[in-house]
Amino acid sequence: MTLETVLFYVLGGLAVLGALNLILQRHPIHSALSLILVMASLAVLYLLLGAEFIAAVQIIIYAGAIMVLFVFVIMLLNAGEEERTNLSRMARYVGLPVAAVLLSGLAYLLYRAWPVDLLVQPHPSLGQTRPLAEMLFKDFVLPFELTSILILIAVLGAVVLAKKEL
Amino acid sequence: MVPLSYYLVLSAILFGLGVMGFLLRRSIITIFMSIELMLNAVNLAFVVFSHYWTAWKGLDSALSGQVFVFFVIVVAAAEAAVGLAIIIVVFRTRASLNVERVNLMKW
Repeated sequence: MTLETVLFYVLGGLAVLGALNLILQRHPIHSALSLILVMASLAVLYLLLGAEFIAAVQIIIYAGAIMVLFVFVIMLLNAGEEERTNLSRMARYVGLPVAAVLLSGLAYLLYRAWPVDLLVQPHPSLGQTRPLAEMLFKDFVLPFELTSILILIAVLGAVVLAKKEL
Repeated sequence: MVPLSYYLVLSAILFGLGVMGFLLRRSIITIFMSIELMLNAVNLAFVVFSHYWTAWKGLDSALSGQVFVFFVIVVAAAEAAVGLAIIIVVFRTRASLNVERVNLMKW
C-alpha cells in the first residue's frame, strides 16, 4: 500500500462518514459541520488527483463562502432541532428503495464499465493552474463572462427576495 | 495507486447519500445541504475523469473537466445565495422550516 492508497481510503471514508452524519443529524448546524468535513476531504482528494486550483477553490468558495452563508442563515433563523414527523408514505415506500436501487445500480455500472486494473496514476507535474487559466480565458471565455451576469442576477435576486416588504 | 472505479464508486455513494437526504429529511436547510452534497459528488467525478483523460488526450484537452468543475462551483454559489434568500422568505411567511408546512401547491 502506497501513501496515496492509504490517503484515498482515509479521505474517502471520512467523506462517506461526513455524508452519513449529514443525513442522520437532527440539528441543522451539525449537518452543516459534517458537510464541511465532506468538502475538506474532497479538497484533499482533488489535491491527490493533481487539481490544485480546484482544491483551493473548493476550500475557499465551498467550505468558506457557501458554508458561512449556510451557518449564517441557520443562526439568523434560530433553526432548532427538526421536529419528528412520520415520513410520508411516498418517502417510505418509494424514496428509500429508489435511492438504494440508484446507488447500487450506479456502483455496478461503474465497476463494469471501468475495470479494476485501470489505475489512477499519480501526476508527474504539479502545476495545472496555468494551462487551466489559459483554457478558461481562451476556449471558455464566453461562458466565463456569462457567469458574471449570472452572479449579478443572483445578487439582485437575493437582495430583492430578502427585502422586508415583498 | 487506486483504481479509477473506486473514485467513481465513492462519487456514486456520495451522490446516493445526497439523494437519500433530499428525500428523507424534513428541514428545508438540510435538504438544501443535500443538494450541495450531490453537486460535490458530481465534481469529484469530473475531476477524476479529467485526470484519467490526461494520459490519453494530453493535458490541454483533458483540463476542460476542471473548467466544468469551476463553473459548477460558480453556479452552486449563485444558487446558494438565491436559495437561502428563498428560505428566509419562507420562514418569514410560515414561521417554520419544515417542508411539510409549505403545502400551498400540494394536491
